[in-house]
Amino acid sequence: MTQSTLEALSGEIVEETTVLSIHEVSRICTVETSRIVELIDEGILAATLSEAGEWLLRGEALRRARIALRLQRDLEINLAGVALVLELLTEIEQLRRERLLGI
Amino acid sequence: MEFKDYYKIMGVARDATEAQIKTAYRKLARKYHPDVSKEKDAEARFKDLGEAYEVLKNPEKRAAYDQLGQGPRPGEQFRPPPDWGSGFEFSGAGDQDGAYSDFFESLFGRQARGRGRGPHGYPFGGGHSADHHARVLLDLDASLHGGQRAFTLRVPALDAEGHVESKERTLNVQIPKGILAGQTIRLPGQGAPATEHGPAGDLFIEIEFQPHRYYRVDGRDLILTLPVAPWEASLGASVAIPTPGGAVQLKIPPGSHSGSKLRLRGRGIPATPPGDLYALLEIALPPATDDKAKAAYLAMAAAMPFNPRANLEV
Repeated sequence: MTQSTLEALSGEIVEETTVLSIHEVSRICTVETSRIVELIDEGILAATLSEAGEWLLRGEALRRARIALRLQRDLEINLAGVALVLELLTEIEQLRRERLLGI
Repeated sequence: MEFKDYYKIMGVARDATEAQIKTAYRKLARKYHPDVSKEKDAEARFKDLGEAYEVLKNPEKRAAYDQLGQGPRPGEQFRPPPDWGSGFEFSGAGDQDGAYSDFFESLFGRQARGRGRGPHGYPFGGGHSADHHARVLLDLDASLHGGQRAFTLRVPALDAEGHVESKERTLNVQIPKGILAGQTIRLPGQGAPATEHGPAGDLFIEIEFQPHRYYRVDGRDLILTLPVAPWEASLGASVAIPTPGGAVQLKIPPGSHSGSKLRLRGRGIPATPPGDLYALLEIALPPATDDKAKAAYLAMAAAMPFNPRANLEV
């Protein structure tokens, strides 16, 4: 990663997009929409229904979606297991932070 | 190129059954999965593991691999035999996302479909759209200060005969200031070029950070271990510390001790909203290497009736 004379490309941070449609999330995660619906139904991803009946997600849901999909794919964990792993990971992160910073 | 001993990577015998290989994979995958594991080299181990499993779980590929024998001695260069590939046919391009080593690719070919690879990252993604996906390890300074970084990605392209080969492509990307680990930069139109079937795809770059010289990263917060002298901690002091926005003077309150933490609100990663910077104090003892230093320690011992082991009841 060095400086280069090529023209610099600018992009946006996807996670900072306030609202992503389920189609955008599935496109970015390169899975079928049904896989994202599964994660919403299991309570792994928070989503709201638009007036047109389409699932909308917050940009920050993307990271959680990706981790959930990788766990499913690489470890062949079912949805309930993925939900549990994610909850435990969050708890471990909090504990680590508490131990380090006492907050 | 380096020979890879897939049996050794998976920790199984060369005559292991399919069931044993699967069990070994599951066990190691749980241990080294980058989203779960805190092992230092988890990412590299997991990648090797995925590659080993891809070969050993597939009877055709495993038979072909076994034909190579034990490979050269460690450190020796490996070259596929000249008659390699005759007599074996590999079905499909593999259904597993992930990067494969040059060793793997020399034996089984490169993976088709859209994938990029960062200078330190591994490619992933796939799917049938024109989008490309890459994951790169970025230096934290790029997020703290913004700026341009060049990435070399490996992207698949069709050669004149319609074979898939991967080409290197270097991109200079403006890093958005304040980007966090796990976030994605979207570069519109930088995926696969437009064809008669549809418009050009986008390139999605997922960011992870390399370890920094002195900051540790916790989400949008930064943690700085700050060494202080005993007298600075005990008497209080004002010391210069680095922050992403430049050096500042930090007031150490009197009576501080190792593990004391001082928060500088809004001085973490300059995201929206910005994170905080935590200075974790760590008392550094000056060495008693010369007579003057020894005298100072002795004077301290004489002046202060201090028993650090008072609560040990001895």
